[in-house]
Amino acid sequence: MKGKWSVLALALVLGLVLGGCAQEKKEEKKEAAPAAGKIILGVAGAHSGDLASYGLPTVNAAKLVAAAYNAKGGINGKQVEVVPQDDQCKPEMATNAATKMVSDKATVVLGHICSGATKAALPIYKEAKIICMSPSATNPALTQSGEYPVFFRTIASDDAQAALEVQFAVEKLGLKKLAIIHDKGDYGKGFAEFAQKFLTEGGKAQVVLFEGVTPGAVDYSAVVQKIKSADADGVIYGGYHPEASKIVTQMRNKDMKIPFLSDDGVKDDTFIKVAGALAEGVYATGPKDISKNPLYAQALEEHKKQFGSDPGAFYFEAYSAALALLNAIDKAKSTDFDAVTKALRSEYVETPVGKIKFDARGDAEGVGFAVYQVQGGKYVEVK
Amino acid sequence: MDYFLELFFGGLTRGSIYALIAVGYTMVYGIIELINFAHGEIYMIGAFTALVVAGVLTALGLPALAILAVALAAAIVWSAAYGFTVEKIAYKPLRTAPRLSPLISAIGMSIFLQNYVMLAQTSDFLPFPKLLPEIGFLKPYRAVIGTSEIFIILATALSCAGLTLFIKFTRMGKAMRATAQNRKMALLVGVNVDRVISLTFIIGSSLAAVGGVLIASHIGQINFMIGFLAGIKAFTAAVLGGIGSIPGAMLGGLVLGWTESFATGYVSSDYEDVFAFLLLVLILIFRPSGILGKAPTQKV
Amino acid sequence: MDNLKKAILTSLWFMFLTFPLMVVRVNTIEKIVQWRFMNMVYVGVGAFVLSYVWRYLLAKRQIGESRDETGGGRRSFGARLLSEPRLYVPGLAALGLAALAFPLAGSMYQVNIMITALIYVVLALGLNIVVGLSGLLVLGYAAFYAVGAYTYALLNHHFGLGFWTVLPIGAGMGALFGILLGTPVLRLRGDYLAIVTLGFGEIIRLVLENWSDFSMGPSGISGIDRPSLFGMQLSVNGSTIYMYYIMIGLMLLTIFFTNRLKNSRIGRAWIALREDEIACQAMGIDKTRTKLTAFALGAAWAGLMGVVFAGKTVFVNPASFTFLESAMILAMVVLGGMGSIVGVVLGALVLILLPEFLRDFALYRMLIFGAAMVLVMVLRPQGLISGERKVYRFQAGEGSHE
Repeated sequence: MKGKWSVLALALVLGLVLGGCAQEKKEEKKEAAPAAGKIILGVAGAHSGDLASYGLPTVNAAKLVAAAYNAKGGINGKQVEVVPQDDQCKPEMATNAATKMVSDKATVVLGHICSGATKAALPIYKEAKIICMSPSATNPALTQSGEYPVFFRTIASDDAQAALEVQFAVEKLGLKKLAIIHDKGDYGKGFAEFAQKFLTEGGKAQVVLFEGVTPGAVDYSAVVQKIKSADADGVIYGGYHPEASKIVTQMRNKDMKIPFLSDDGVKDDTFIKVAGALAEGVYATGPKDISKNPLYAQALEEHKKQFGSDPGAFYFEAYSAALALLNAIDKAKSTDFDAVTKALRSEYVETPVGKIKFDARGDAEGVGFAVYQVQGGKYVEVK
Repeated sequence: MDYFLELFFGGLTRGSIYALIAVGYTMVYGIIELINFAHGEIYMIGAFTALVVAGVLTALGLPALAILAVALAAAIVWSAAYGFTVEKIAYKPLRTAPRLSPLISAIGMSIFLQNYVMLAQTSDFLPFPKLLPEIGFLKPYRAVIGTSEIFIILATALSCAGLTLFIKFTRMGKAMRATAQNRKMALLVGVNVDRVISLTFIIGSSLAAVGGVLIASHIGQINFMIGFLAGIKAFTAAVLGGIGSIPGAMLGGLVLGWTESFATGYVSSDYEDVFAFLLLVLILIFRPSGILGKAPTQKV
Repeated sequence: MDNLKKAILTSLWFMFLTFPLMVVRVNTIEKIVQWRFMNMVYVGVGAFVLSYVWRYLLAKRQIGESRDETGGGRRSFGARLLSEPRLYVPGLAALGLAALAFPLAGSMYQVNIMITALIYVVLALGLNIVVGLSGLLVLGYAAFYAVGAYTYALLNHHFGLGFWTVLPIGAGMGALFGILLGTPVLRLRGDYLAIVTLGFGEIIRLVLENWSDFSMGPSGISGIDRPSLFGMQLSVNGSTIYMYYIMIGLMLLTIFFTNRLKNSRIGRAWIALREDEIACQAMGIDKTRTKLTAFALGAAWAGLMGVVFAGKTVFVNPASFTFLESAMILAMVVLGGMGSIVGVVLGALVLILLPEFLRDFALYRMLIFGAAMVLVMVLRPQGLISGERKVYRFQAGEGSHE
């Protein structure tokens, strides 16, 4: 017995030493990868695993935009090269991907896709002064904390949605006593907390109930009764459509006809299918309709031509981000971090999501949400 | 007072569903001492079968009541068939195995069935047709208690009463009680233990199917995951009432339903499940065999 | 002929069974019914073939069992491998070398998966103390894992304490929670204990989810420090490899400890308690204390691994500690073979690595996984490697009076 353990211990020590050496070698190799005369557009996100369908459209968008620039002779005479890195939307993999980006000397990075992964990767970009622009990370703290001057995004943050919803509920619908319900999840609870904050700060309406429901529970009649007894004249729900449709169904079956307002997670056609006729009149916020923008049609056409299919999730946001990044490098006439940042904040650029520039915190101006209502089995924008 | 009544009936409805599923857990446990983790999935399969059958019949244009009857019957038949098959595949070969092996087999079966339904049907939420008719004269009271809630409570009461009579007065019921008391002795006095076990699974699965159809019709939507949480809650209810005891399972289901309903109503739904589990822990500390369970005699 | 009849009946039965779900699909909104009769054919043929395979496998298992009962016969290859030093020493050495060289050969992704697998190996070994040795069925093991993870996450977040400082604290917190839970509930028997621990696990998770001021709620805690090597902060790649070796070290430590525990005084008391409580008490074993020790030790290991988990993912949230997690760890113990250390290690590796290998099957991955769990249990009810009890032989005349 003793012999076995000591052999293993020895082997362990040996392995640690070997591991250390090997790692040094790897670092050296990375140093020796120069990027002379090229602009490297890193693309980070989930390119494999369960969430790959959210990340891969971004790679396509980057390739198309880069190809368009290269066809015009590149930017300032330099060709654009797209370098994808997979993070599977996992925080720990995202830090791996970010380190790889830094060692590959990426000029700018398009990504990451998930908020959690982005949060994990940003300190690395900040240290290396690499601009990182996400097409999809909506977590408010990413821009609002002010901790990450390297971060930009072409999608509006969750709190903008809550702010719009609250404004709509109080000013358009004139509601005074609101019940806020959420699904205890990261997204839903975050949304609900912002809604609560804005309502309290606004002072025009009060929050009479703030509660979480358990997703997947058998029914929600107790919560519905509670909303009723709290005498609310409107419900704001943060979460996804399965729970929303259960709550709406039970409310309407109990003859509660008060307005039901919800978020992007409910602005999904499945909600209308499941709740059926009872879905009529439900409000939900969602990204503004961008299909009228001229560049939208162009981006769609390019994707169909190149890949023979309709683009996937966040494709237009990613296309816009790639355009904004390369445009800023072009306008700044350099790849210097400060110059490009300045260009991003001052130069307007036409993109599929509209004509945008970025504010001091990194959020795109001109990108936002609109309120929709279910009318005749369809979501219709409320003007 | 109205508020109290509303919560009371809400809890009663939810508790009835728990009770219907819990009976299956408790019967199986009483006879082969197995926590049948796949039982929640049987409930889900029952609801799905009813959805499919109702969909076909609606397309054929049958009257609502006929659809309800046929869909319910189909759900019961197929759920029972699934329960029976699951027992034959995953538990029967393990009768003499160490006690935890069938438990793991059950967890595996549960994962398998969930994914089977997801692949065979869909991973999306589906709208469930409103099979239960609305009775006109009850409409004014529906803020307090809706027709479908009354249906659920009545169906539960009837099923449980029927089951109790069956177990008390029929030959097969007697055989079941004998097997639950002592499997070897039952075998010796000529009870076909294999058949009793199969029957247990069939009855338990049928009741779960009834619960599945009723609740899906009440809520109006299903997906392949609905069995998971309901299963865990029903199992909790079974233990709460005293596992192995059929009246215990019914009582446990109701107590659990009320606890959750009142906890949500008077405290906060954030901690609804915490209250449910705290109640369980407290009851078990003071009555280690559940509310109606008999303390096992220790044989030396 | 009999077999053929059975196979045809099975095939028909399964065609009936899967009919509503596999063949029909309705779109309740547009009222369209889709019939997929090809599926019925697949099920029929599949069930026909599988019925033969099933009977063959069961028959084979029967033969194996009867051979075991008659004893004497050839011991299985696995058992022989484990008992003869000439066989296992070189094997173990080769395995050790392979494990040590792994980060050099594998990609970052593979090393990451391996670290996860090793974490589960240790968790399963910890649970093995409670379930395998002492026979206490615990369905809420993930709660103690969560306690460890949050201990590190919170201490690191608020006070900036490092990994190595918190490692023992995490283990201590795990043990503390083990004792806190154990004291009132240990007089419960069998499955009542199981459900109470399940409830306890859910309570811990729900509190973490809802008590935002304390645990930051469902969004979790991010930006946890990775372990440092003598005060140096390593690069991401470096720290992954470092983490791998830490886990190899912790695993060896755990194997060493559990192995020693198993045959110690307390270990034998656990096994005795598992076999017969009443006889145990009659022999003068303090039932409560023995059970509590098992609980506390098992929980301590979960706490330890929680710290490692938090240090590895640099992010914790309540979603990582669901009931399914507890069930999976339990499955590792039972599937591998309760009470057998090699078995439990094997069980954990199989259950973590199998889904990764099955990634190519994409959607069918979890279906196959569930079926595999059932199949392994049915064909090997004792687990992959059954725990062997140490046999003490009385040898007359050889200084037994000392």
